[in-house]
Amino acid sequence: MNLGTGIIGETGLQYFGKMSALISHEIKNVLAIINENAGLLEDYTMMAEKGMPIDSKRLKTASGRIMAQIQRAECIIKNMNKFAHSVDENIRAIDLSEVIDLVVALSAKFVSMHNVKIELNPTLEQVSITTSPFFIENLLWRCLNFSVDSIGQGETIGIMLEETEKGAEIKFTGIQDIGASQPDSFPGDAEKALLKTLKAEVKTDLMCGELRLSFPKDITK
Amino acid sequence: MVDDEHELVSALAERLSFRGIDADWVSTCNDAIKRLDYKLFDVAILDVKMPKMSGIDLKRALQKKCPTMKFIFMTGHGSQEDFKDCCEEAGAGYYLIKPVDIEALINKIKKVLKI
Repeated sequence: MNLGTGIIGETGLQYFGKMSALISHEIKNVLAIINENAGLLEDYTMMAEKGMPIDSKRLKTASGRIMAQIQRAECIIKNMNKFAHSVDENIRAIDLSEVIDLVVALSAKFVSMHNVKIELNPTLEQVSITTSPFFIENLLWRCLNFSVDSIGQGETIGIMLEETEKGAEIKFTGIQDIGASQPDSFPGDAEKALLKTLKAEVKTDLMCGELRLSFPKDITK
Repeated sequence: MVDDEHELVSALAERLSFRGIDADWVSTCNDAIKRLDYKLFDVAILDVKMPKMSGIDLKRALQKKCPTMKFIFMTGHGSQEDFKDCCEEAGAGYYLIKPVDIEALINKIKKVLKI
């Protein structure tokens, strides 16, 4: 059913929902690990109260796991906060390397579910452009989704960022069977609408197995 | 018990063993399938969303090797779709949302084994 929000509104809401579900799933996993290891410490305490000897290594392992999960939760929430603030301003100057890092971090569980790895090649350098942070995240997510669907299990998707004369280019590499299953499915209507909003272009190179996105330096000009 | 979050299943298995339940755990679907080559289990507790294979597909693979084995699913998702799929596979009631309450899990194990 069309909600009357237009294709940009619909794809934005879908992206927001998908990310929220991925984040909440991750937080649930963290809470579950903390819950079981806190429960384990409680079990050890009850055993000690009954006079049973407890190996201090076991206590250290359980408490260490809880500490590690708190660090993991901090990282998830930090990314969730960055994601939430990406709608604060419609258009602003952004560092594309930070946006890629964020999209990759938010998608980590989704990517690992498909048994695919992401490699940032080389370590991304800062490239600043003026654009819509939320819609660029949305487009990168859709490209990543398409890339994951196009490659086999156990494969690696490379992501490269380069500053160009006109702005910036992001390459998704290693996608050997790019679009093989559905050759006309990408870019679909949602991607086309995002590309238009961002004044960006996409090219797929079947020979090299690459998807290239180019963005202008400033979409307000 | 099969879950890609090994810090979860290892702790849960240890807690079950303290309560008199002989529990074993693995963190990949392949290891779960291989484990059945030399050990039989009464119940498998499976995460719904795992890399390479879903919990439902794993259940079907394990059931081929051990048709008498019973199943309980656990998930952090809790979507309507997951709930419906898991209930169809394992039967209504054999589905737990993470974080799991240990006593609720033991009750499910007893219920599924009819003990």
